[in-house]
Amino acid sequence: MAGLDARDTRFLLIVVALTLFTPILLQPFPESSSLAQFNAGYPDLMQRFAIFGIFAIGFNILFGLTGYLSFGHAAFLGVGSYATVWMFKLLSYNVLPGLILAVITSGLFALLIGYISLRRSGIYFSILTLAFAQMSFNLAYSVLTPITNGETGLQVYTDDPQYLLAEGGLTTTHIFGLAMNKSLVAPVGGWEFTFNVGYYFCAVIAIAAFYLSLRIFRSPFGMMLRAVKSNQQRMSYTGLNTRPYTLAAFVISGMYAGLAGGLMASMDPLAGAERMQWTASGEVVLMTILGGAGTLMGPVLGAGFIKYFENIFSKINDNVLHGWFAFLPDGLEDLLVTIVHPFVGKGWHLTLGLLFMLVVIFLPGGLVEVGQRLRRLFTRRGGTPDAADPRHAPKSAPHVAE
Amino acid sequence: MGILEVRNVNKRFGGLQALADVNLSVQENAVHAIIGPNGAGKSTLLNCLVGKLIPDTGTVMFDGQSVLGRKPHEINQTGISRVFQTPEIFGDLTVLENVMIPCFATRDGAFRLHAIRTVRAEQDIMERAERVLIDMSLQDRLRDHAASLSRGDKRRLEMAMCLAQEPRLLLLDEPTAGMARADTNKTIDLLKEIRDTRNITMAIIEHDMHVVFSLAERITVLAQGAPLVEDTPENIKGHPKVQEAYLGQAHG
Repeated sequence: MAGLDARDTRFLLIVVALTLFTPILLQPFPESSSLAQFNAGYPDLMQRFAIFGIFAIGFNILFGLTGYLSFGHAAFLGVGSYATVWMFKLLSYNVLPGLILAVITSGLFALLIGYISLRRSGIYFSILTLAFAQMSFNLAYSVLTPITNGETGLQVYTDDPQYLLAEGGLTTTHIFGLAMNKSLVAPVGGWEFTFNVGYYFCAVIAIAAFYLSLRIFRSPFGMMLRAVKSNQQRMSYTGLNTRPYTLAAFVISGMYAGLAGGLMASMDPLAGAERMQWTASGEVVLMTILGGAGTLMGPVLGAGFIKYFENIFSKINDNVLHGWFAFLPDGLEDLLVTIVHPFVGKGWHLTLGLLFMLVVIFLPGGLVEVGQRLRRLFTRRGGTPDAADPRHAPKSAPHVAE
Repeated sequence: MGILEVRNVNKRFGGLQALADVNLSVQENAVHAIIGPNGAGKSTLLNCLVGKLIPDTGTVMFDGQSVLGRKPHEINQTGISRVFQTPEIFGDLTVLENVMIPCFATRDGAFRLHAIRTVRAEQDIMERAERVLIDMSLQDRLRDHAASLSRGDKRRLEMAMCLAQEPRLLLLDEPTAGMARADTNKTIDLLKEIRDTRNITMAIIEHDMHVVFSLAERITVLAQGAPLVEDTPENIKGHPKVQEAYLGQAHG
């Protein structure tokens, strides 16, 4: 189907189903249970899963396939957000023109940065991209204030022209009249499911983005990108010019980042310079490596994992802990709370850091390797383990040191 | 005039004259060996032919056109392929993919944003790659990672990648370096087979006299960056200057 073989079609359909049923799957605990705080089926969190999923899928096209580690991808995220908010200010709250402009401007921006940065490889490439992103971040705060509105962040004011905004038109972001913040809340038994327009809008785009990346992975172009990662010397002595290949991958992944940035602004019509900061660039690197660089599903998993930690784990405070350990004698209860305390709430970074270390050391292929190992365990009799298909699970080289 | 004409090529690295007025003419469909002791400038000369180095002075003409100043991938596209001393292959890719890449390069040129069709849909490329791999007796390893091949198989794979491009000139940089005698003989047989079954010109840089005398029709001896003598294997064997500069040293 759609240019895919049977196995990829099945894979895609599973991804589509998971994405569409996310509001139900992420809400496994009844509202009244003490585990309800582990539910993640809130519109803004689910939107973030989809948006960062797109960001990570795009990043993976560059890093996972070619091995070029960009440390400045947040710059494109920021450019996408600014472009979208500008469309809101100039035209109307319909997100479509904004998203189109976000993809175009971030693509052009990536073309410029990539053209210069790709003259070097390895750590020098990473440093160049980092420098460009930090430059963009600082410019957004200073001389570019007329475009970015500096520290306040870019937002829509009532005296903005909004030429296409009809009398009485929607004053929140929407797609052809369907407001992004509109939700259908369905209480089923003890559960409560929220079906949000914004989430489904992001989800449909995320599925399209995933499908596109699947096609790139399976295309001759994707094969060339993996060849770049494997042996550039052999590439040029085989008559292939590596530069346009890497530049194309860079621009495509920059456009993905711009799309993600545009979607962020579409969910909440604001754009701030902090979106371009190096921590944001680092986050997508973590997502990709945590999930499994060079695999199709890994970056999405990594993005979901980190966003879940950021939003759910950070909400566990001492009161919640006391609630959990209440069945224990007082002294023991306090002791356990003291031990667990640094790892939750504000300390969620610590847990994430430890997990990241464990994954890098014991699962160099990322979280997707867990699934692969399990599957191999069950299909050993079959003779050919799945891992023998390198297109599905390229061997992960020691990326970070490259 | 030969298919490859090197005229008065000089190359200096600091105080070292690596190549001094080198002239070389390789005839079409011949096997031409370039020999010489260590530091004679063999590899420098080869690197000047493929675009890795640019000579200080002189000209390099391939098929009547200058290749000087062109990038390695542009020179390859004119019909020159190169085999390295240690096989340069795409270790993370499968054996079949390794050979499909040069097929794409030959068909589509140095760059093509080829993201619409799947690799699977490229039947003609796949068949062409498989044919070459059958010639190199690697047909049983199509789906294996190239990195998992033995050294000898990696050499055959690299050869297959070069031959898949149907080059007019194949440059080989010490194809038997570091090999055991048995593997060396296998490589000689492989090269003989290629020489006899394909219309191809080969230029071989080699240390091992056994390889050179089994394959070459013409031999150029380099010493200290300059060509000492060029002749047929029979004449080279008995040439006093060569004995002195190279063979005497090697056997003494």
